[in-house]
Amino acid sequence: MRWFWIDRFVEFVPGSRAKAVKNVTLAEEHLHDHFPGFPVMPGSLMLEGMAQTGGILLGQTSGFNEVVILAKVPKVTFHSWACPGDTLTYTATLLDARPEGGMVECTAHVGERLVAEAEIVFAHLDRSAGGELGSLDQKNFVFSMGLLGILDVGRAGDGSTSESQ
Amino acid sequence: MPTSNEIYEKVREILVDALGADESECTPDATLMGDLGAESIDFLDIVFRLEKTFNVKIPRGELFPDNFAAADPTLTKDGVLTPAGVAELHKRLPHADIEKFAKDPKVENIQDLFTVGMIVKFMEAKLAAAS
Repeated sequence: MRWFWIDRFVEFVPGSRAKAVKNVTLAEEHLHDHFPGFPVMPGSLMLEGMAQTGGILLGQTSGFNEVVILAKVPKVTFHSWACPGDTLTYTATLLDARPEGGMVECTAHVGERLVAEAEIVFAHLDRSAGGELGSLDQKNFVFSMGLLGILDVGRAGDGSTSESQ
Repeated sequence: MPTSNEIYEKVREILVDALGADESECTPDATLMGDLGAESIDFLDIVFRLEKTFNVKIPRGELFPDNFAAADPTLTKDGVLTPAGVAELHKRLPHADIEKFAKDPKVENIQDLFTVGMIVKFMEAKLAAAS
């Protein structure tokens, strides 16, 4: 399994906001345990999807030269759930981007229904701190794993490429 | 420009949001790490919220200097700040209670300089300079 918790970006306004979708499917094995007879998308994975949407939005502002890591979730609220067949739409708004990291505000909707909302803080990995992660190249990380394809969207999902492409 | 008390109220709200602290715990003398349970990453969150709430820019390291002791080996000796180190810390943190710290200038005590009151004083100076 690849750790992609978004299927596609449908909107990407560099430095401002991004929208990605995640189609929930019964082919995801964990749904059969979460919960038997009542498959719903785990909240933790919705949070991961929101963090991936927001993290890539933030990473783009530095040309993916910074290693963006999820640092803190000061606030998260789950209002509802998402079942197989639902399309979750994650909308991330960039609140702040600075040399040390950034902060986004995210929502998850199924249609008009608000499923979850969160505030997420990201830190840029301090390369000088060394260690295994210090040599991590976020550009490779994002693009070699196929996220380039995910990112290749138009501002309004009409197929035209975003301003940064 | 907001009064000192208004700034204090807002700083308290920020700390309640960022640290999940109780409002009654956020007294001026409360230390962020020791009393309010902040971790290093929370400092980033606090800076974000201060910037947003007060509409100012706080450059990296201005409020919470990072890696102070590691930056220059002449500032510390055997885990204790040298007089030069204390002087440098005073320069970097003009709003903190350095006098109290200087009585026992261990590196591990630096974190106790980050108090609710210090953030309030920092913001007061910052807003005064901006207006």
